[in-house]
Amino acid sequence: MTPEMAAPLVELSGASLVYGREGEKTLALADATLSIGKGEFIAVVGPSGCGKSTLMKLVTGLLPATSGSVKVHGEVVRKPIKGVGMAFQNATLMPWRTTRDNILLPLEVVEPHKRRFRANRAEYVAKVEALLASVGLGGFGDKFPWQLSGGMQQRSNLCRALIHEPEILMLDEPFGALDAFTREELWSVLQNLWLERRFTTVLVTHDLREAVYLADTVYVMSRRPGRIILKRPIELPRPRTLEDTFKPGFVDIVHELRDCIHKEHA
Amino acid sequence: MTSEKSLNALRLAMPWLVTLVLFLLWELACIGFRIEEIVLPRPSRIFVVTLERWQILLEFCLQTLWTTVIGFGLAIVAGVLIGLAIGASPFVYSGLYPLLIAFNAVPKVAIVPILMIWLGVGPAPAIITAFVISFFPIVVNVATGLATIEPEMRDVMRSLGASNYEILTKVGIPRAMPYLFASLKVAITLAFIGSVIAETVGGNRGIGFLMLSAGARNDTATTFAGLFAIAIMGVLMYALCVAVEKRTTRWAFRGELVH
Repeated sequence: MTPEMAAPLVELSGASLVYGREGEKTLALADATLSIGKGEFIAVVGPSGCGKSTLMKLVTGLLPATSGSVKVHGEVVRKPIKGVGMAFQNATLMPWRTTRDNILLPLEVVEPHKRRFRANRAEYVAKVEALLASVGLGGFGDKFPWQLSGGMQQRSNLCRALIHEPEILMLDEPFGALDAFTREELWSVLQNLWLERRFTTVLVTHDLREAVYLADTVYVMSRRPGRIILKRPIELPRPRTLEDTFKPGFVDIVHELRDCIHKEHA
Repeated sequence: MTSEKSLNALRLAMPWLVTLVLFLLWELACIGFRIEEIVLPRPSRIFVVTLERWQILLEFCLQTLWTTVIGFGLAIVAGVLIGLAIGASPFVYSGLYPLLIAFNAVPKVAIVPILMIWLGVGPAPAIITAFVISFFPIVVNVATGLATIEPEMRDVMRSLGASNYEILTKVGIPRAMPYLFASLKVAITLAFIGSVIAETVGGNRGIGFLMLSAGARNDTATTFAGLFAIAIMGVLMYALCVAVEKRTTRWAFRGELVH
C-alpha cells in the first residue's frame, strides 16, 4: 500500500467554507489541510454536523472553498470535477428506471461513454450485469429500485457510483440507514471492489469500526466549526475480515479514535 | 370460495348501485312531494327527453367535447412548457408566478364577454376559456415536480458532469410526470366547466347553449339532460386521463392499484 505518493491526487490546503451571507455566517469547515494519494482510501469521522459532508462537496467542486485551495491533479477546483462517483445514505435511485437502467445512468452522461452509448448499449448492459453480480445482485437488473430491500438498493447505489470507473469515489454515510448485518456485509463488498479496482475513496461516516475496517487513513474532525484534529494511518493488513474487527489491534485503534472524539467533546 | 370474487364484483357495481338508488329516491321524492316538472323533473322524464332529443344532444355534446379537448390540449402544451420554465429557473419563477396567481384569481366568466368582442360568437371563446381555466393546475404541478428534485440526486448528476439540460431531461421531466398526470385529472374537468361557461354566456352551439335556451323555454327536463351529458363526458375524459396515467407512470404507484 502506498497511501501518499509523491504527487497526491487530491490536495486541500487551508480550505475553509462559510455558509450564508452577511449577518448569518456559519463556518462549516475550518482550515482543512489534507492530501489523498491516488488509490488511497480515506475515511472522515466526527460528530454529526461537523462538516464532513462539506469536506466532500469541496473535494468534488460542488461547493467552492471560501478560502484556501482545493486541488485535484494539481489543478485548482472551481467547478464540479468530472468523473466522480457519489453515493449517499439515501440511495437516490430513480424510481422510474429499472435497477439496470439506473446503473446505466452515468454512462449516458459521462464522456467518452456518452458518445458511444447508443451504439454500444449491449456492451454496457453486460458491464452492468457483471458489476451487479459482483455485489451479489445478479439477476436483479429488471427489478425497480422500490422492489428491492434497503441493502439491495444501497448495493445498486454503489454500482451506479462505480460503473463509469471514476477516479474518485465519494461515499457520504452510505451504510448509515442499514441494519448492522447488512452494513457489515456491504463493508466487505466495498473492500473487495476497492481491492480489485483501487479507486481513490473518501468515506464520510460516524461509524468508527466502519472507518477502521475500510480505510488506509482515518481523519477525525472536531465539532463545528469542523477542523481536522487527528490523522490516523491504519496499517492493518488487507483483506480485512469481520473477525479482525474484534481483535485487539483493531479494537485499540477504534478506542484511540473514540478517545480523541470524546476529549474534543469534553 | 368465491366470496372474494363476488366482493370484487360488488365493488365494481357500487357506483352503479349508488346512482340507481339516488335516482330512485329522486323519483320517489318528485312523486311524493308532487314536485312540478318545471321545478325538478323526474329522472325517468329526463331519460325519456334524452331519448326523444338524442340527435341534438349528441350534436351539441360533440361540439362541447371538441372545444373542450382542443382547449385542454393547448393547456397541456402551454402548462408543461411554462411549468418546466418556472420549475427549472428561479428567475422565471419570481417573474411569472405572481402574475399567474393573479390571473388565476380572475373569474373566467368575466373574460368571456371580452373574448366575444374580440372573436365573435363561435367555438373560439369556448376553446380559449377551457384553455385559460385548465392550464393553471398543470403549471403548478409540473413546476412542483421539478422543484422537489432531491438535492442528493442533483449532486449525483452534477458530480457526473451533467449539464442543466441533462438534469432536466433525465431527472426533472420523468419526476414531474406523475405530478403532470395528477393535474390532468383536475384540469380536464375544469376545461369542461370553461367551455360550458363560454357557451352559456354567449354561444350559439354546445351543451351550455342548449341548457340555457331550454331553460329559457321552461324546458327543465332538457336542461337536466344537458347536465347529465356533461357529467358523463367529464367522467369519460377523467377515466381516459387515469388510463394514460397508469400506463405511463406505473412506477409512481409502486405497483399498487389506482382508481
